[in-house]
Amino acid sequence: MESSVVSINNVTFSYQERPVLEKINLDVPEGSFLALLGPNGSGKSTLIKLLLGLLPLHQGSIHLFGENVKKFRAWHRIGYVSQKANSFNSGFPATVFEVVSMGLFGKIGMFRFMKKSHKQRVMQAIQTVGLDEYTNQNIGELSGGQQQRAFIARALVSDPKLLILDEPTVGVDASSVDDFYELLKRLNREHGITLVLVTHDMGPVTDLVTHVACLNKRLHFHGDTHEYENMDNRELSSFYGHPVHAMDHQHD
Amino acid sequence: MIADFLQYDFIRNAAFVGLMIGFLAPLLGVFIVVRRQALIADALSHITLAGIAASLLISKQIGAFKMLNPVYLGMAFSVTGSVLIERLRKEYKHYQELAIPIILSVGIGLSVVFISLANGFNTDLFNYLFGSIIAVDSSDVWMVLSILVVVTIAIVLFYKELFLLSFDEDQAQVAGIRSRFIQFLFMVMVALVIAASMRIVGILLVSSLITLPVAASIRIAKGFKQTIWIAILFGETAVITGLFTAYYFDLAPGGTIVLLSALILIIVITWKKYRYAFQRSKEA
Repeated sequence: MESSVVSINNVTFSYQERPVLEKINLDVPEGSFLALLGPNGSGKSTLIKLLLGLLPLHQGSIHLFGENVKKFRAWHRIGYVSQKANSFNSGFPATVFEVVSMGLFGKIGMFRFMKKSHKQRVMQAIQTVGLDEYTNQNIGELSGGQQQRAFIARALVSDPKLLILDEPTVGVDASSVDDFYELLKRLNREHGITLVLVTHDMGPVTDLVTHVACLNKRLHFHGDTHEYENMDNRELSSFYGHPVHAMDHQHD
Repeated sequence: MIADFLQYDFIRNAAFVGLMIGFLAPLLGVFIVVRRQALIADALSHITLAGIAASLLISKQIGAFKMLNPVYLGMAFSVTGSVLIERLRKEYKHYQELAIPIILSVGIGLSVVFISLANGFNTDLFNYLFGSIIAVDSSDVWMVLSILVVVTIAIVLFYKELFLLSFDEDQAQVAGIRSRFIQFLFMVMVALVIAASMRIVGILLVSSLITLPVAASIRIAKGFKQTIWIAILFGETAVITGLFTAYYFDLAPGGTIVLLSALILIIVITWKKYRYAFQRSKEA
């Protein structure tokens, strides 16, 4: 238990009457890289929102770094790159520097200002994701892949131990996706950051992640990558609710 | 010519108030525009009008009420309106923009009822609608000055929170920012600034001073802070030249200021286009 960054116990959640998540149990060990896999509408984003305290939890419990999510305050230990990050208002007049600084605001706290040391950390985070030369560019002028890197830097700047990415490659051009995953791998292996990657496409990340969790209302599979690869088509089909050969993204 | 311009008290008052609102309106405007809420200013200015009409109506009945600057009741209405807009936005989560036409029409409805109850007003109301240089007195200067001080301090103190909230509400929540409180505070500031700007530009034109300089600035600025500074520069330019022009040609200051803001916007857009074309031809 101690080495779990996230532990989800018996979580059930419904939007109004419609059940979205049923009895989810999931542990994320420290230093692991988990792919949270599921078709659209499978409750992945809902689970993440519960985890971040963005939705109220009524049934079951979630612990972050051993502390109940309802009492958790150390949000700077968690970096979050939302799905919305790639559909943000791209006309927003903010430089990469300004966007990345936002990641520190929670840590700096109310009635306090950014100091020189904060600015240095922002620059460091920008360097980590390789956007140095775009520091003073408006975020809207960057490519999709670069924008996503800026959002990663924003999540990194508060020095998080856990980084959660919700479908981060949607809208990112294919050529930058590889670089992007390379960056995630480096963050996990070299910086020791625990990663949770929400995705509906396992293909490109199979070699990257250490653990896989398949979610479709219920948790259908949870194990390391090796076990996942040994799962046969029948099991995969039961997870998607219909025969599966290639990935099908037409779910509601 | 400038000395001549400033030799009258009323012009000096108007110039002071103009300088202050030329700073305040675009400052808040940047936060409003990037959140795509540009029309909120319109809704609030119309509810302010209802407050002013109410105040003028009361002072027609009760003589002692004449001592009170009608802007205060306008401000009270405007702050109430801002709270109501927030409530309505919660009520209609998927149709948040509905709050604006609702408050706007209620504002006009109330104003018209108050005006008809009073059997019409004299030129006073006209000044509030379209702005006036002559109508600004020293009590207005002090009122706007206090709003300037309060709002500027609040923006400096809550800059981080306002910026983050404007950019990404989810992230703001994850960062542990008390978004409801900040949002409420911001709406109150907008209500105050609208009431403050009204004397000079008039209720019907207040929102233009909030949005036009920002619309121009956003085209050319790099980053959020720069957007704010350039918007303020444009706002001040429009207000100062507008007041000057209005005085010499005996025009309504509100309209003049708005037209000058629009002129700045056109220049900026054209310049941007021209520069872009120029760069393209150089590359080719």
